[in-house]
Amino acid sequence: MDVGQMQRQWLDYTRSLFIEGFLDNQFLQLQQLQDENNPEFVVEVVSLFFDDSERLLKDLNFALDQQGVDFKKVDAHVHQLKGSSSSIGAQRVKNACIAFRNFCEDQNVEACLRCLQQVKQEYCLVKNKLETLFRLEQQIVAAGGSIPMMELGF
Amino acid sequence: MNLSNVKGSTMSTPSSSGSHLRSTGDAVSDQFPAGLRVLVVDDDPTCLMILEKMLKACLYEVTKCKCAEAALELLRGNKNGFDIVISDVHMPDMDGFKLLEHIGLEMDLPVIMMSADDGKHVVMKGVTHGACDYLIKPVRIEALKNIWQHVVRKRKTGWRDPEQSGSIDEGDRQQKVSDDADYSSSANEGKSSKKRRDEEEDADERDDSSTLKKPRVVWSVELHQQFMAAVNQLGIDKAVPKKILELMNVPGLTRENVASHLQKYRLYLRRLSGVSQQQNNLNNSFMNPQDPTFGSTSINGIDLQALSVAGQLPAQSLAKLQAAGLGRSTAKPVMSMPLVEQRNLFSFESPKLRFGEGQMQHLNTNKPINLLHGIPTNMEPKQLANLHQSAQSLGNLNMRINASVAQRSPLLMQMGQSQPRGQMIGENGSHVNQLPTSLLQPTVPNRISNGVIRNGIASSSNINAAYNQVPQSSSFLNFPMNQTNEMSVRSFPLGSHPGISNITTKGMLQEEVTSGIKGSSGFVPNYDIFNELQPQKSQDWDLTTAGLTYDATQHSNHVQGNTDVSVSPSVLVHPGFTSIQQTGQNRDTTSSMGKDMFSIGEGMDQGNLQNISQPQNPLLVDNSVRVKAERVPDASSQTNFFPEQYGQEDLMSALLKQEGIGLAENEFDFDGYSLDNIPV
Repeated sequence: MDVGQMQRQWLDYTRSLFIEGFLDNQFLQLQQLQDENNPEFVVEVVSLFFDDSERLLKDLNFALDQQGVDFKKVDAHVHQLKGSSSSIGAQRVKNACIAFRNFCEDQNVEACLRCLQQVKQEYCLVKNKLETLFRLEQQIVAAGGSIPMMELGF
Repeated sequence: MNLSNVKGSTMSTPSSSGSHLRSTGDAVSDQFPAGLRVLVVDDDPTCLMILEKMLKACLYEVTKCKCAEAALELLRGNKNGFDIVISDVHMPDMDGFKLLEHIGLEMDLPVIMMSADDGKHVVMKGVTHGACDYLIKPVRIEALKNIWQHVVRKRKTGWRDPEQSGSIDEGDRQQKVSDDADYSSSANEGKSSKKRRDEEEDADERDDSSTLKKPRVVWSVELHQQFMAAVNQLGIDKAVPKKILELMNVPGLTRENVASHLQKYRLYLRRLSGVSQQQNNLNNSFMNPQDPTFGSTSINGIDLQALSVAGQLPAQSLAKLQAAGLGRSTAKPVMSMPLVEQRNLFSFESPKLRFGEGQMQHLNTNKPINLLHGIPTNMEPKQLANLHQSAQSLGNLNMRINASVAQRSPLLMQMGQSQPRGQMIGENGSHVNQLPTSLLQPTVPNRISNGVIRNGIASSSNINAAYNQVPQSSSFLNFPMNQTNEMSVRSFPLGSHPGISNITTKGMLQEEVTSGIKGSSGFVPNYDIFNELQPQKSQDWDLTTAGLTYDATQHSNHVQGNTDVSVSPSVLVHPGFTSIQQTGQNRDTTSSMGKDMFSIGEGMDQGNLQNISQPQNPLLVDNSVRVKAERVPDASSQTNFFPEQYGQEDLMSALLKQEGIGLAENEFDFDGYSLDNIPV
């Protein structure tokens, strides 16, 4: 596959992520922040997000596993996950978090567990997608090409 | 970007632009705002990294901090090392607001709060605690580009510090002046504040010349300790700047510095003790509801009390209102509340009461609603504190009032769950008489009536008076009412209810209108009065409505559960008010407007509200249906009020999404409410 093809593929793939709602405008903002001084910015931030999210998800699991669930804590974790996911533009994760928070308010353990599953699922999905995207980018760069500028005009 | 060593550095490295110019932190470099020294505090590493990148992209000097304690250390160790601080609200080691207060007291730097939480009350908290801005995550770079304005603003007002304290809010300057006057400190302060205003132009010129002449007094920990020691020695009541200054005996410190710091400190104290005070107030105020004349006076009394509690209604005004409006002498000076000063409160209160008891209760439990927070921008810090407290007490008040009201007055608009019609008017007993009973739905469950009563009460002359007061304090100005303005909740068909005494409902109507006056005749035609009373308070109304709605939204969360009238007027009210102002129609629609508040419910996004205003249809019609449909959106609806980052559409969709209410604009037919139709 030549560079041009890869670039087109990258574009299509990125577009699909937006269309399917995995990513939103905020992700574009991140991409725009990246420049020659910081060619790896997006990858770095997203990696940070992955690490942080995994930690949060683990904490959430733990908290909901307790005999007496501390909903405030759970809510705090979800709130943070919501904040970070929204900051990188992981829209579906963010939405799942919002739903999660509502159930936290209701103090419904069952529902919270379900929500947690939902969040985890969305997180895994977006993680896979982004990793695929980054691999594509690496290939393009390795082949001597450059990452096209993404425009939300589709 | 000319920042060379940007990546991942935790300590800001002097960027090539302007950093040297900022050695004293005072000089405004030519490259300003480039080189602005920003301290970012957030426990979320992802956000922290993104923010740092964005700020660097704005050519600012960025320092990152993972926790609040470390940030404070940094700030203390480097007094003039930073120009502005951006902090997250939710942090594990220290609450963001606490940090905000510390910074305000010790370093007097502008602080911007930030959170993924966009609930009104949180944002309000930010305002009352003195944040100069509040950003909702995800933060966009555009939002960061303009943060330098806060630095400049602070400097400008800070220079006037000697004469005024620029702590709370720049917009508070006016209040400060009066606040100064309030302070027993001296006539000098009053004078100085006046002088300050006069000299503003001079100051501007000075500032424009770029170098800040007066070195900013940084209240270090030691200095603050000395200050506190002096204050404690003198006794907080007797602590006047002059004496404090003498006791402190710090060379170079002026009385004005002390005065402004004292102001801040007092506000801080008030805020801390606000809850307890409010409780007391509430207790007092509830006495009134017991009033046999419950019909009107009691209601009024309640309102007044509530108002007074909230400190919004000055005692005198309350009394006046009561006397005037109701013609009753029962105007008990309920308003014993010390907080009377805040008029704004009143507006807040109204919406609150509107919500059914259930709601109220809910409110109380949830948070001492500092609805007032930040609302009365004009209010002096003292008042702010009061408001703060009042707001809290309001929550309680509302509950109680509802309870008492509900029980007592069958008249109270027991707005049918579905129809918040009779809300307002019914209650006011005598005043309400005029209102066609059909409008009032006496059977409306108390819940609503409570809320309504509030409205109704508001409608009663008392309230009107209150409104008069309220509007004055355009406290809501702070709120990004602009957006709400658009929403003219013109839907109040005030005019349609002949029976409704204009006077009474005037005030209420305004509120109601915003809430989505859904045709229930329950509108308290306060508007008329309101109009009369405050001919030009449109602004205030907006503000007040904002406040009202604000509260409403808060309550609405809970309200929904309880009443059919799930309308969390707050949302409606909010926009309504502003719109009312704008359309100027609200005023006129004295009639049933009130009900809108309830019917609209929070679900109404702004778009809907606008719809409301249009239709002129009978108020009564829509309510029932709509009300049910609308759920009181929880905090999400609150976002409406702080449109900083959201357009109306966004808010609407956010609201709808969150609420799960598929309230499309069409759903809300506020057909009945077009303000236009309402005969004045």
